[in-house]
Amino acid sequence: MLSIRNIVKEYAKHRALDDVSLEIEQGSIFGLLGPNGAGKTSLIRIINQITAPDSGEIYFNNEKLNQSHISKIGYLPEERGLYKKMEIGEQMLYLARLKGLSRADATQKIKYWFEKMEMQTWWRKKVEDLSKGMQQKVQFVATVLHEPELIILDEPFSGFDPVNAEIIKNEILELNQKGSTIIFSTHRMESVEELCNHIALIHKSHKILDGSVKAIKNTYRNNTFKIGVNKAIEQSELQTADLLTSKTTDDGIVHTLKLREGFSANNLLQEVIPLANLTYLEEVIPTIHEIFIKTVKD
Amino acid sequence: MNKVFLIIQREYLSRVKKKSFLILTFLVPSLFIGMYVAIFFIYKSNNDTATKFNVIDKSGIFAEQFKNHSNVKFSYINDDFDFAKKEARHKKDQFLLYIPADFKQTGNVEIIGEKKPGIALVEDVENQMESILQTQKLLAAGIDTAVLNSTKARVNINAKQLTDEGEKDASIGATYVVGFLGAFLIYLALFIYGAQVMRGIIEEKTSRIVEVIVSSVKPFQLMLGKILGIGAVGLTQFLLWIILSTGISTIGANVLMNTADTKTEQVLTKNSNKAEMSPQQGGAAQQFFKAADTINFPFIISTFIFYFIGGYLLYSALFAAVGSAVDSETETQQFMLPITLPLIFTFILGMNVVVNNPDSNLSFWLSVIPFTSPIAMMIRIPFGVPGWQLALSIVLLIGGFIFTTWVASRIYRVGILMHGKKITYKELAKWFRYKE
Repeated sequence: MLSIRNIVKEYAKHRALDDVSLEIEQGSIFGLLGPNGAGKTSLIRIINQITAPDSGEIYFNNEKLNQSHISKIGYLPEERGLYKKMEIGEQMLYLARLKGLSRADATQKIKYWFEKMEMQTWWRKKVEDLSKGMQQKVQFVATVLHEPELIILDEPFSGFDPVNAEIIKNEILELNQKGSTIIFSTHRMESVEELCNHIALIHKSHKILDGSVKAIKNTYRNNTFKIGVNKAIEQSELQTADLLTSKTTDDGIVHTLKLREGFSANNLLQEVIPLANLTYLEEVIPTIHEIFIKTVKD
Repeated sequence: MNKVFLIIQREYLSRVKKKSFLILTFLVPSLFIGMYVAIFFIYKSNNDTATKFNVIDKSGIFAEQFKNHSNVKFSYINDDFDFAKKEARHKKDQFLLYIPADFKQTGNVEIIGEKKPGIALVEDVENQMESILQTQKLLAAGIDTAVLNSTKARVNINAKQLTDEGEKDASIGATYVVGFLGAFLIYLALFIYGAQVMRGIIEEKTSRIVEVIVSSVKPFQLMLGKILGIGAVGLTQFLLWIILSTGISTIGANVLMNTADTKTEQVLTKNSNKAEMSPQQGGAAQQFFKAADTINFPFIISTFIFYFIGGYLLYSALFAAVGSAVDSETETQQFMLPITLPLIFTFILGMNVVVNNPDSNLSFWLSVIPFTSPIAMMIRIPFGVPGWQLALSIVLLIGGFIFTTWVASRIYRVGILMHGKKITYKELAKWFRYKE
């Protein structure tokens, strides 16, 4: 649905994006990851046509990105705010109409969302009368009110309490199920694994990783397993794996093992079972967070 | 364009709905009334606070010769000097004028009062006495009264302005006032509404709503919408002021003139048997209002509106650029000077040079350079400006605001998304050169 091709963006002293290409599929939840200052916001601003790239192109539904796409995108910036002295209802109406909705249409949709988010009494309230969490709810609703095909959320959960974060997360999933494509920019990896099915990692203006969450994780599997046993095992007793770490816990001993070339988990089990009582075995799959750190360090 | 209209609407309505707008709208015309009333009372007050002289004339030369004025009145008494002297101590606004019997020899008179008489009063009495003595001496020398009267010359300059409709009375005072008022209002308006644009932009930037908005509209549209919206607020305010002030002052002037007329008549009947009245008395207020009538107000108001709009667009774009560059109002100072300096400079030069010499070279240049023309031209217009100069000034002003808007929009689009950076002029120049 969104094809980003060879984007280069330079500011006076540094290159914010260097030849970045991404393919974002229809209906996906796409995680755009990277440390602060990597170039995520620059890229998002280019997609929103707030700034233009120095070179490279973006296609929206196979059409070159243009002004007509503005109404099809909803953007929740990381640093977000509202007019402090304006009534919430008026403010939402204004933002929705700027996206091209008619007054009647916008009013109807606002009412729908107010009911859904239990904000019915907020219409005449001013922003300065709302708590920060309430303001963020308003901002979220304003972002998705015009039913955009593409929703771009920059750190959507920052500042939300757990209850509201959960509400917003469910709304995001629901919107996704209804067909919206979602780009989700963050440097907090926990939320990524839960939500995203595709990620790209941007570091120092370059894309350094891109693919489905599963595929990426698979490439970072390295035949490492964790086993729980009631009695410590020595390296000398093992032919199939190298013992990496051992840890004593309340439930016994946890070993981390790396399979040697040509052996499988089954071989390891056969070797361990006569030695001790096994409580569990699991493959150590790196989290996105670990992949992120590892890739960034490399 | 539809989106720009939405922005204009928001900017306009959110300000017009405010209480402060309403208050200001009614406050200024009330000040106008106040001004009229003040002018009226200043002219009128001359009748009320006249100083009284009690004259004891032992020489007999000046019997019934002193003439009453708008601010001095004379009455003759025959009291004893010492007694009158004591009396004078207790009477405010009264003086005792004692002319001794040996006045012809010494030429000395005494003015006695509770306080010191003002220089103008003393001079007036001196002049009168000299004139009386002179007349008497001339008469004594055998010169005819008729000849005497014919030698008294009186000069009264009436400035006439040649226009297409023929000669017109040019009232310098009223011209000055109208020019000054127009220039002053524009000067004030540029600051007030320019600063509103700047503050509005800072508010959007610091509240971070701006990034949401510019994902819907182009930064230029947002800036333009804000400038036009606030400009429309200013225009509305001025139109309301003009309507209210003309309405109120027309009514007010009529009422005041009527009372002035009746007062004058009363005074005249009272004094008719004593002394003649000066013809200027009471009529001064009328004169001022009449003079104001000779000015071509529709023309001045339309040029005022043009120069307000033009000047506002030019300066508000610069204010917008400053607002976009900073994070808070306190940081604006370093950038304000280049904007406010030409305004203050023109205003001061306007009040001192242009108004005294509306056709000088300096006046010409000030009134065609876009940065100074809105103020300088408003001062010149009531005096009459050649058509080509007006046209040149208008064309240059339009060009000027297109130019500043263009420059400002290039700074604005970068500035509104910049945070937490100490901005220098060098930085601004860099932003200006950025591509899209």
